[in-house]
Amino acid sequence: MEVITREEIIKPENLVYKKTGLMVDKALSYCPGCGHGIVHRLVAEVIDKMLIREKTIGIVGVGCSSQSWGVFNFDFLAVPHGRPCSSATGVKRSLPAHFVFTYQGDGDAYAIGMAETMHAAIRGEKITAIVINNTVFAMTGGQMAPTALNGQITCTSPAGRNPGATGGPLHFPELIANIPGVAYSARVAVDSVANIRKSGQAIEKAFHKQEQNAGFSLVEILTSCPTVFNLKPPEAMEWVSKELVKEFPLGEFVDR
Amino acid sequence: MKELRLMKGNEAISEAAIRCGADGYFGYPITPQSEILEYLMAERPYETTGMVVLQAESEVAAINMVYGGACCGKKVWTSSSSPGISLKQEGISYMAGAELPGLIVNVVRGGPGLGTIQPSQSDYFQATKGGGHGDYRLLVLAPASVQEMADFVPLGFELAFKYRNPVMILTDGVIGQMMEKVELPEHKPRWTAEEIKEISPWATTGKTPDRERNIITSLDLDSSKQEKHVLSLERKYSEMEKNEVRFEKLNCDDAEYLIVAFGSSARICQKSMEIARAKGIKVGLLRPITLYPFPKLPIAELAGQVKGILVVEMNLGQMVEDVRLAVNGKVPVEHFGRCGGIIPTPEEVVKILKTKIIGE
Amino acid sequence: MAKVKGAIVIDIERCKGCEVCVEPCPESVIAMNKNVNSKGYHYAMVVNDNCTGCTNCAVVCPDGVITVYRVKVATEV
Repeated sequence: MEVITREEIIKPENLVYKKTGLMVDKALSYCPGCGHGIVHRLVAEVIDKMLIREKTIGIVGVGCSSQSWGVFNFDFLAVPHGRPCSSATGVKRSLPAHFVFTYQGDGDAYAIGMAETMHAAIRGEKITAIVINNTVFAMTGGQMAPTALNGQITCTSPAGRNPGATGGPLHFPELIANIPGVAYSARVAVDSVANIRKSGQAIEKAFHKQEQNAGFSLVEILTSCPTVFNLKPPEAMEWVSKELVKEFPLGEFVDR
Repeated sequence: MKELRLMKGNEAISEAAIRCGADGYFGYPITPQSEILEYLMAERPYETTGMVVLQAESEVAAINMVYGGACCGKKVWTSSSSPGISLKQEGISYMAGAELPGLIVNVVRGGPGLGTIQPSQSDYFQATKGGGHGDYRLLVLAPASVQEMADFVPLGFELAFKYRNPVMILTDGVIGQMMEKVELPEHKPRWTAEEIKEISPWATTGKTPDRERNIITSLDLDSSKQEKHVLSLERKYSEMEKNEVRFEKLNCDDAEYLIVAFGSSARICQKSMEIARAKGIKVGLLRPITLYPFPKLPIAELAGQVKGILVVEMNLGQMVEDVRLAVNGKVPVEHFGRCGGIIPTPEEVVKILKTKIIGE
Repeated sequence: MAKVKGAIVIDIERCKGCEVCVEPCPESVIAMNKNVNSKGYHYAMVVNDNCTGCTNCAVVCPDGVITVYRVKVATEV
């Protein structure tokens, strides 16, 4: 049998996977094991594949995601907490041929930004919202977000989230599925290799909806936050698989 | 009996609120004040005193929750930091227009915009000149120690209800985050329904046969009525200016030069004063405690005594304008400040005092 | 019959030692080094040459530190 050395394999013509050039070549500032890094790469890969980098404008809100503009090698706006869908509206209506997407956490898009996100969906804004759901406001220390699970302990629900007092976890992609202006609403997760690949496909589908001028598209991505969950990164991902996916079903809720 | 504890500034505010019988807190996470909300959640006053603690979906929602609670005559409060306080401005203006008591805590961070999470004092204009729309004022208290963070909560509520006006505690990330010993007061019970009716007969508590209905609004389309209303607000503010000015003077009796500073800048300048005095420079410090009403008279008085005044504040020069107004050209007034979250050192202040004021 | 052989290159200075790449590898190629990089993280390292270039590790890596190569290898029939 032909024996091949490592050096013989590691040649440019044999390259099958490397981090896309649409990501700036420097270290990411996220915590070890943070789901943001995975999603950033998926988004960048889709934009790379669709060859739309020159006309792509990203909008970021406030949270750990605030740092995301430092990662992408294309134009970005940093706007106030919760307002990305409004600013994205401003950008898309100013430059309708451009490709406009928001990158937000669940606290940003569903708490303070609920009105902005909802109304962009209602108006059928031809933008794509990428929402990272880790159930907490991670950047500020892990306070409860609207997506926190019943009984989930966070620093503002130290006895566990009590649905009688603050309601239950918010299922947003399902909520907007009946709004006529919404062309695509889906939920995916980056808790396993298989799901990560599926997430990339959902993001690509959402971006194609914008290309087709079909309406508002949203992809919610369940991610782990090892720091706030206080779990080692592999265990944090397992927690997403076991607990988050149980509460928040993966799938496409509307595809017009 | 009073209780002595080593506490963080943010936590001292929350503990003081529980102890002074506050009825409700509505907040939202933002650095550097999230501990205010977290401490209350951890202490669970809703299980002991019945105090409501709710994390709102945004700072706008929170201030409007405060508006609602205030209409009911309750002792309600909220907290945030600079960008979140900007969001609250509409609600604050409404509270002032509708003559509602309430407490708003601003743990200032660097701005403008998202700025930085490090300390700053650059919300002075916003706090004292009315960050919201219309002719109104906030009574503004500026603590310079963790003890004052605790003391100003019951004081703030007292003044808010005395004048039926929102009150702001304007602090910064230094005092919010640092730890000092605090003497905590005894627990005071929350007001009963009867007490509320007596203290705030205007409150919406449900129209009973013994009184007319209570409508709380800040709208009046009849201009002559609206003018009367706004003039009555002005009378309130004149009363505040007459009765509620608070300040601290250190080493001013024989001072040849004066430093004016508030909050954590005042703590730094206290050290600068010691350093300067050790070098034979007769400098005094005036620390405004109420930023509105501003201690114009004591500053005007000292302007007749000193050769120059240095205003030290972590911003591009905001309180210095009020100092200049009070001094009215009598002596030179200069500003020194660092921005971006940088905190000046005591030695830096002494150097500026020497070059800009003394002229060495 | 053709077989594939892969090889991965790990940027050890950018690795944060999160270890999520270890389990998804069907050939157990990756383990964490007991040494640390200049940031203090135990970094991922290759411990055998059974890599098939499946890209699981590179896909799951939050910091994108893994580059994957793959080549078809002729075997004796």
